[in-house]
Amino acid sequence: MRVFVEGVGLLGPGLSSWQAGRAVLDETAPYVYAPTVLTASELLPAAERRRTGAPVKLALAVGREAFAHAGRDAATTATVFTSSGGDGENVHQICETLASAKREVSPTRFHNSVHNAAAGYWGIATGSREPSTSLCCYDASFAAGLLEAAVQAHADRAPVGLIAYDHRYPHPLNAVRPLIADFAVALILTPEPTGRTFATLAVSHVQDDAPATAMTLPALEAVRAGVPAGRSLPLLAALARLAAAVVILELAGAGRLRVEIAPC
Amino acid sequence: MQPLSISHYSIVNSLGAGRDAIARALRDARSGLAPCDFETVDLDTYVGQVAGLDDMRVRPDLAAYDCRNNRLAQLGLEADGYAAAVASAVERYGAARIGVFMATSTSGILETELAYRRRDSLTGALPADFHYAETQNTYSLADFVRRYLRIEGPAFVVSSACSASAKVFGNAVRMMAAGVCDAAVIGGVDSLCLTTLYGFHSLGLLSPVPCRPYDVDRDGISLGEGAGFALLEKAPGRAGGVALLGVGESSDAYHMSSPHPQGLGAKLAMRRALESAGLQPADIDYVNLHGTGTKANDASEDQAVFELFGGATPCSSTKGSTGHLLGAAGITEAVISILAIEHGSIPGGRPTQTIDPELRSNYLIENAGARMNRVLSNSFGFGGSNCSLVFGRLA
Repeated sequence: MRVFVEGVGLLGPGLSSWQAGRAVLDETAPYVYAPTVLTASELLPAAERRRTGAPVKLALAVGREAFAHAGRDAATTATVFTSSGGDGENVHQICETLASAKREVSPTRFHNSVHNAAAGYWGIATGSREPSTSLCCYDASFAAGLLEAAVQAHADRAPVGLIAYDHRYPHPLNAVRPLIADFAVALILTPEPTGRTFATLAVSHVQDDAPATAMTLPALEAVRAGVPAGRSLPLLAALARLAAAVVILELAGAGRLRVEIAPC
Repeated sequence: MQPLSISHYSIVNSLGAGRDAIARALRDARSGLAPCDFETVDLDTYVGQVAGLDDMRVRPDLAAYDCRNNRLAQLGLEADGYAAAVASAVERYGAARIGVFMATSTSGILETELAYRRRDSLTGALPADFHYAETQNTYSLADFVRRYLRIEGPAFVVSSACSASAKVFGNAVRMMAAGVCDAAVIGGVDSLCLTTLYGFHSLGLLSPVPCRPYDVDRDGISLGEGAGFALLEKAPGRAGGVALLGVGESSDAYHMSSPHPQGLGAKLAMRRALESAGLQPADIDYVNLHGTGTKANDASEDQAVFELFGGATPCSSTKGSTGHLLGAAGITEAVISILAIEHGSIPGGRPTQTIDPELRSNYLIENAGARMNRVLSNSFGFGGSNCSLVFGRLA
């Protein structure tokens, strides 16, 4: 199936936005590693802003950039959120509390513990009553989200915002789930070309032993391999170069997502 | 949308294992709820616990996935000949043409909660026998199910709190419409854990008695655990068989843990489900409510249901019988809706005594015989995530 890319949002180590990161990804600017910088979203009312964890900040930041880039109203657009592990700090705090003598879980921590917390805050921030889903596919969470978003745009004939994000786990969970960075990416996909779409993605699910497409620059390849949402980097690099390319993403088992990128 | 044939389904919860057991329990007005003696929990509440999970283990080749949630998944896969029905679908379509779309809210988090009691006293490290990816991670359930059934199509978990296992029906519809799959294994599993028990307690939402949806004295939810699966196929089903006719999804855009007070998101989901089925409200013979038994949830849902269906369409919530199964609520109530159509019997919304006079929908407390062609089932969750499904007989 074929969908069109209307907007991109990006936040990762040394990649402070899509606008700044695309020059790195098309290799016109050098890649300089720096920790991912998170800021509280101006989209949310102050009371909600105080309650959100870092993963929600990541998700909201890239969503906001992508919708601005697309010039599209978030309030009338469906969304697909995907994350390999949600909010690890929140899980850690709850599990510590539950392992203590007083099992007094904070109500805010509890409602933030749902995997769709970012989607919930996104709805409050944008006022969107459109459908929203929240997926997890461990290391393949970005590819699963891209498949679902493309399928949704194609089947429902409506634009979809895809927001993928992963945040590092704290000690001791980081030992069983080590991620090397905080990373988030958003894509606005449409079923038809619009005045602002700049690339097409032909997406198919294939059974293939082909390895996932890697990054040539070792420092960016480390980010790609080290954080699940970073698996999007080869696709983002193709979008930054705006040249025809094929990117292979790993899905469950022997499944692969084959994405053919072309400028339009 | 094109109706999707539901060629097979299975169900396990505190009412029993298998659709005959569940149908019998509902007919006999039995409840699965009992005073909570789960693990070390010291809360004054009732739970719908599935018997035998402590002593079972998952299939030996998947031992790393062993946890309460995946044990419950295995019970569901083996109930009602479900795994055998999927094996035959694999022969028909090929393993790569079947998708696995699962729902859970807490996955195997109980393993993590227990591991946190066994952290190394010096380093704080988790015990070496803790398997994060195979138990705690939200994807664990879909990975376990796809390996158990040897399926190679796309697989992921939808985790949108209490709407999740209704929403997976939508994933199946879209994947088949886009030509990615010819059939889909969908379902949901959620199991008791301390996070949800103490979490809902912290919100003041756990009832000290079995929950009483729509009762004037309702005072909160009862939690339960359960598994449910369905096999959806693109191929036309047999006449008179039950099919998925419509799916409607929406967001509240209102609050993380409270529903929209006027039920705007709920109404939108129901309206979209009817539109997707090409039906009018008057075409619906019974509404299986989300009906959790909290003051706010039932008031909000009632407003939406009354505005759309008026005061005549029979409605009930079965959460007083099963407890709230969270990520498995949607599939459980989908199966109960299908059973209602097949048996011609509306399950009563027990143990409600006195219906809140401020709620205006036609809430049934007792079982009622009725020929039903079309049923709508509601599932709403934290984060304002709403999904409504329409099931009906194929002409």
